[in-house]
Amino acid sequence: MTDATGPDQVTGATPDNAIRNADRADNGPVLAADGTPLKRSLNRALRREKTRALLLIAPLLLFILITFIAPIADMLFRSVENAIVEDTLPATVEALDEWDSATEELPSPDVFRALFFDLFVAAEAKEHTQLGTRLNYEQTGISSTFRSTGRGLDDIGELYQDVFEDQNELWEEADFWYAMMNAGDGAAAGDLLAAERARMAALTDEPKDGEIGFAPSATIASILPRTTREYTAFAILTALVEEDVVAEEEPWEAVFAALGLDLQDQSLRAGIEGYSGPGAAELQAALANVDSLPVVDYRAAFIEEDDDWGDPEVWRTLQTYSDRYTMGYFLNSIDLQLTPDGIQSRPEDEQIYILLFQRTLIMSMAITLSCILLGYPIAFLLANLPLRTANVLMILVLLPFWTSLLVRTSAWKVLLQQQGVINDILVWIGLVDDANRLVMINNQTGTIIAMTHILLPFMILPLYSVMKTIPPAYVRAAKSLGATDWTAFWRVYFPNSVPGIGAGSILVFILAIGYYITPELVGGTTGVFISNRIAYHISSSLNWGLAAALGSILLAAVLILYWTYDRIVGIDNVKLGG
Amino acid sequence: MDSGPSGFVVFDRVQKSYDGETLVVKDLNLSIGKGEFLTMLGPSGSGKTTCLMMLAGFETATHGEILLDGNPINNIPPHKRGIGMVFQNYALFPHMTVAENLAFPLEVRKLDKSTREEKVKRALDMVQMGAFGGRRPAQLSGGQQQRIALARALVFEPELVLMDEPLGALDKQLREHMQFEITNLAHSLGITTVYVTHDQTEALTMSDRVAVFDDGRIQQLAPPDTLYEEPENAFVAQFIGENNALSGKVEQIQGDRCTVRLDNGALIDAKPVNVSQPGERTTISIRPERVEFNPELGPDAHTLDAEVLEFIYMGDVFRTRLRVAGRDDFFVKTRNRADQVRLNAGEHVKIGWLPQDCRALDA
Repeated sequence: MTDATGPDQVTGATPDNAIRNADRADNGPVLAADGTPLKRSLNRALRREKTRALLLIAPLLLFILITFIAPIADMLFRSVENAIVEDTLPATVEALDEWDSATEELPSPDVFRALFFDLFVAAEAKEHTQLGTRLNYEQTGISSTFRSTGRGLDDIGELYQDVFEDQNELWEEADFWYAMMNAGDGAAAGDLLAAERARMAALTDEPKDGEIGFAPSATIASILPRTTREYTAFAILTALVEEDVVAEEEPWEAVFAALGLDLQDQSLRAGIEGYSGPGAAELQAALANVDSLPVVDYRAAFIEEDDDWGDPEVWRTLQTYSDRYTMGYFLNSIDLQLTPDGIQSRPEDEQIYILLFQRTLIMSMAITLSCILLGYPIAFLLANLPLRTANVLMILVLLPFWTSLLVRTSAWKVLLQQQGVINDILVWIGLVDDANRLVMINNQTGTIIAMTHILLPFMILPLYSVMKTIPPAYVRAAKSLGATDWTAFWRVYFPNSVPGIGAGSILVFILAIGYYITPELVGGTTGVFISNRIAYHISSSLNWGLAAALGSILLAAVLILYWTYDRIVGIDNVKLGG
Repeated sequence: MDSGPSGFVVFDRVQKSYDGETLVVKDLNLSIGKGEFLTMLGPSGSGKTTCLMMLAGFETATHGEILLDGNPINNIPPHKRGIGMVFQNYALFPHMTVAENLAFPLEVRKLDKSTREEKVKRALDMVQMGAFGGRRPAQLSGGQQQRIALARALVFEPELVLMDEPLGALDKQLREHMQFEITNLAHSLGITTVYVTHDQTEALTMSDRVAVFDDGRIQQLAPPDTLYEEPENAFVAQFIGENNALSGKVEQIQGDRCTVRLDNGALIDAKPVNVSQPGERTTISIRPERVEFNPELGPDAHTLDAEVLEFIYMGDVFRTRLRVAGRDDFFVKTRNRADQVRLNAGEHVKIGWLPQDCRALDA
């Protein structure tokens, strides 16, 4: 151990004491001047700095979290989310679980019955068409099946309703029903109400917690479970969606159907006979006349409404997509589909996304490459000109930023179209025959030309700033060592400008791969990107799940490329500025 | 000045202007012998680097001719001149290893691999960097980079090496060490070296001859000792080493002695260098170590009155600041000997010098 200085040792954190402490380090941890371990002292000192830094970025961080990260996460989540089937048809999904999709037989009539009640509620809530739309992505035609069936469901319910109303006109009275079903002063079936509220909330994607002026009677719930369930659903939707008074509305046809089923149920017979609450006489009269109630074959009834219900394929689709989460959208995005037999490729005429992804990648690469080819000489010139001249030229490079994207793209339309300026000139000087004008727009050529022009500054700027930092002495040194102009450039200048090419390429490529507006305007049918398809699904077909899956794949592709680039070139080699 | 076309490198009436209005280099005539170590010394903006760049081929002379080994090289591109060059910040290629840097000039000369490796190894050993061939320049210290830059400039065995302030970025100790190494290497290899610096110590210790640049001209071209002891004009006297300058008017000239009346009226003896007749304005120049206190110079010698302003102890020498002839910046340097008197501030002394030590230069 050596003393750092002479005898006059001071206590406290002086550089000398730090050296002394370092000398003592071979026994035990390094101590700060006040005796605490150095690591802890350092951490304490750094913590303040870190807190300060965090507080400084906190507003922006929050802003980005709320307006950027959260919406994107939500959107990406939609690519696997598939709750709509189970939320809309909960009982059907449960009943269908036992059906063996491998057989050519249709599901049991119980499944159809469950479907009737599920679909009836969904139709009343006007949600059944959405489910139809959802399932239509997987099997074309289901949408219309759901729509037409939704209209015919009343007919099935009326088979019961007519019988009841013929027996006793009281069944037509809303307040009679209300008096019978409502708990009033008696015990209420709170669990049932809560369960139905939850089901309606899931179905309509809105909370159903409001006051409905109705609570199902516990007594009636025990003797007429199906009827109470349907009536409660009816009450919730009537009060909260239609905003009517439950006691004044005649129940749905499905409530009559449920009542019919309850009366036909032998196990409930004793309960109904022993019932003495409101409407007991009418119920018992109906029970006495139970033989006059129709025995509805729901399967036949559904097939009558729409032939497709007799097609096991429809049921297979329903069963395959009944999970709350699905790979379906992602498989769709890569031209595959989920079938009961596993993952299979889609029919050839429906395969589009792989092609679009490939085209997006290849065209983005072409755009990046042409940006390098056009941008490199410009950046080289700018970097080697006197500052004053370079600044003037730089303004020309940046000029496109100050012009509307639409204007620039439209300008290309004017220039490139077959009756456009370029073709006119080529015809005029005789290079091109008037009958064979070049097709340069509404195809890939148009997209590449217009996007190269738009993205060029993103290549030039990083290139320029990197080239600015390459000392002119490098090239001079190379020349003094005997290298020709070309060798000096290629062996010395160019390798040093590669980080700029890397930065520019990443920037241009990532921008290009997700570009939307320009391909949309000048791409025609062959020059569009995957982003145009995503936009189509977002705004036209409303298949957000598929749009989210395509977007996720695009995002993943960009991240993978970024990662690969980091591994090969090193992201710390990328320089955007001095 | 030697301007004949006999030297290895010859600047013949070379002029250079960047803007067509002012000349950066004015009528430069310079001849550098084979194997000579010549330093271009001068303040920044004096045109020395421009001269070097013209020689290397990165600037073209506006007028005049530069000859290399008797051949005009004005129209020869830099890469065909075969001149080794060491740059200010070394300009080592950062994307190549040390060995690749050294192999670069050999590769462009299309030497085969084994010859290349052998030469690279020899050059690295020459600068004692044999173990560093695989490193990148960024992994080396400043001094090590300096050696590599030197080795790279020498590896293709040029006959002429140019160095543009190569030691400017090093600390003092390393700089002195490298000065020694560079001169040794240059002399042992027998190469002609043109060295540019603004550091006069560097120039004096390293060179065979020094060309002092100012205002686009060579003010004096001479070996270091001549330059120090016999400066030809006031700029050189002031620029090289420490110097005391006093202005006055020539009173009379007798052969190699003259008498100068200083601005405060006092008379002093000097050697006429740039003055030819009485009445001319002159600046007399005397080195601090040639001044004597209370001198005994002989009967007709003149002395000056001086007041001690400050005594500075510097270890091996003492520096005494005096007020002489109305100026506060007159220094006298004395050796730290046992019998040396130490003057205190406020004392009044007489100072004087041998007439041949004091040079009467241009005003």
